[in-house]
Amino acid sequence: MDILNAIVAFTNFVFIPATAYGAQLALGALGATLVYGILRFSNFAQGDTMAFGTMATIYGTWGLQAMGVSFGPLPTALLALPFGILVTVGLLLATDFSVYRFYRKQKVAPTILVIVSLGVMFVMNGITRIMIGVEEQNFTDGERFVFTAREFKEWSGLNEGMALKTTQAVTIVTAVLVVAWLFWFLQKTRTGKSMRAFSDNEDLALLSGINPNHVVRVTWILVAILATIAGVLYGLDKSFKPFTYFQLLLPIFAAAVVGGLGNPLGAIAGGFVVAYSEVFVTYAWKKVIGYLVPADMAPDGLVQLMSTDYKLAVSFIILIIVLLFMPTGLFKGKSG
Amino acid sequence: MKKLMLASAATALMAGGAFAEDVKVGIIFGYTGPLESITPSMAASAELAIKEVNSSGNFMGGSNVDSVRADSTCIDATAATAAAERLITVEGVSAIVGADCSGVTGSILQNVARPNGVGMISPSATSPGLSDAEDDGLFFRTSPSDARQGEVTAQILIDRGAKSIAISYTNNDYGKGLSDSIAAAFEAKGGSVTANTAHEDGKADYSAEVATLAAAGGDVLVVAGYVDQGGKGIIQASLDTGAFDTFYLPDGMYGDSLIEAIGSGLDGTYGTIPGTDSEGAAKFAELATAAGFDPTSSFTGESYDAAALILLAMQAAQSTDSKDWTAKVMDIANAPGEKIEPGQLGRALELIAAGTDIDYVGATAVEFIGNGESAGSFREFTVTDGAFVTDGYR
Repeated sequence: MDILNAIVAFTNFVFIPATAYGAQLALGALGATLVYGILRFSNFAQGDTMAFGTMATIYGTWGLQAMGVSFGPLPTALLALPFGILVTVGLLLATDFSVYRFYRKQKVAPTILVIVSLGVMFVMNGITRIMIGVEEQNFTDGERFVFTAREFKEWSGLNEGMALKTTQAVTIVTAVLVVAWLFWFLQKTRTGKSMRAFSDNEDLALLSGINPNHVVRVTWILVAILATIAGVLYGLDKSFKPFTYFQLLLPIFAAAVVGGLGNPLGAIAGGFVVAYSEVFVTYAWKKVIGYLVPADMAPDGLVQLMSTDYKLAVSFIILIIVLLFMPTGLFKGKSG
Repeated sequence: MKKLMLASAATALMAGGAFAEDVKVGIIFGYTGPLESITPSMAASAELAIKEVNSSGNFMGGSNVDSVRADSTCIDATAATAAAERLITVEGVSAIVGADCSGVTGSILQNVARPNGVGMISPSATSPGLSDAEDDGLFFRTSPSDARQGEVTAQILIDRGAKSIAISYTNNDYGKGLSDSIAAAFEAKGGSVTANTAHEDGKADYSAEVATLAAAGGDVLVVAGYVDQGGKGIIQASLDTGAFDTFYLPDGMYGDSLIEAIGSGLDGTYGTIPGTDSEGAAKFAELATAAGFDPTSSFTGESYDAAALILLAMQAAQSTDSKDWTAKVMDIANAPGEKIEPGQLGRALELIAAGTDIDYVGATAVEFIGNGESAGSFREFTVTDGAFVTDGYR
């Protein structure tokens, strides 16, 4: 019975939130890693692309709500996703056409592209803030819970409750579908194969007649899809505020680097590694341990490695450790 | 007989001449800076009291009171002390209403007021640190110290049967000061504090913070934060994970937007905000509305009371010298005596001149405790069926 309580407490406060967060990070990191693999620079604008895509989706959601459309128990924002993705694709292609294309023609060093993306980040940042404002937006609707903590307690008869939010379930299901589709696309389709060829060896790819402009365009479209979905899932599950999306940049890059920059599989693994580490290190284990050990051995303190204030620092530490000891990441990326 | 009458008339004239000088009062608030949205109403309140005193013509044998505004900036201690220095040396003020924020108030007190021996009454500096500051008896405040809110909070929690509490506070001076005073008072009353941790404002996700609080456990979660910031996120995440279902809301967490955001999960939650049901508050609201500013804006009543207390104390001391009038403030503010509400300042001046004892109640039911600060009165509320319902006043 006590082991069950420990498992439930762990699942409720650590496993479910960390898994949902990990899935959101993984999708964001996939976008960053694609840009790194194919366009060969770290795209600092990733977080703000997510913010922009989410903003477009929020406008779509408001439009649908105004028309009286709803998605039953699921958030209406899911219906507005295609609209948000379309707008974001337009923005990214326009950015590539007006900014990145110029530097690509010059064949500038990747460092310069990184700084260029920093500029793009500030512009996107500004666009989002000017359009929707800096305040928090809550656009979640539909059923809030798959099951609540109280319902679970009554059903199981345990001391500990466990809740599953609709947005957490939606996040995990959507992330699995998107990742499966992306891998199918990269492995099986002609365009996907040409992208991988371009990523592995640009010169050989060009020699064998792959159109670089097409590859670049498709990359940006994929980035727009991934960023918008990641941003919307994050916003649904937590809340939308331009500043918090800007702050997501660090964990996203930590995830991409941990997995190996340029490696899609690594980005997913990295997303979960970062998310679990953040939550594991800052969680107070008092309750879980209290259930597992005999009553007289139960800890008095919180059994917390680090205060939750330092959550963001965990990403930094992981980033530094990986760059020091495993510069190419867990799955052999291109960095290092 | 004729000579005697002449002589007494002359004495009266001379006495009048000696007293009927203009008195200057400085009003130092942060007209620029973080509090710039509420300070204009605060200053208008203080000036309202001064105007009332002037129009009665009863102040110290018909003297006129002038007010001079100066900018404390709320955050820049150097600018604030320079402004206060100018008030005293150039304008020659006999008293200061202010300052507004605790930090600049402390530095004006230590660097300007004490060296120059000028008394000051702040309407809004609530830091517990000012309670034990060296002040040579020159400093008073018409708002309660945050430590007092801690006392009241602990008492309410005990009265409602909470045995253990967890506290989550916003990571700044206000949050830290308030949470520490609640924790200290609650433990002193025999309760146990399972966790006292900070949260950062402006984050999207508070599940990690709530996980920590949940591990610590407790009957009630005290959320010493802001209603539109992290405080809301903490409550939302606690309800989502079933970590806590009863919350205590201190003053920063009171707002209809919270009920809108959280919904029915908030029912049963309780808390306090500064407030009084005294008749003085209603009278002040009337006067303020007639004068064209909003009486519900923060610290307006306290500002009116600060200015009124200064002038009544001067009348009681028959002197504008700070050493004299600051000695009278406690007598004026506290019982016994005839109760004085806003709008009755002219009468109060007459009573004092006639030697009758008065008890200034004012807009905020002023009652000073030991070190010259208001005991404060708090409105206790419970969230019932999606609305804040007042349970009583403490």
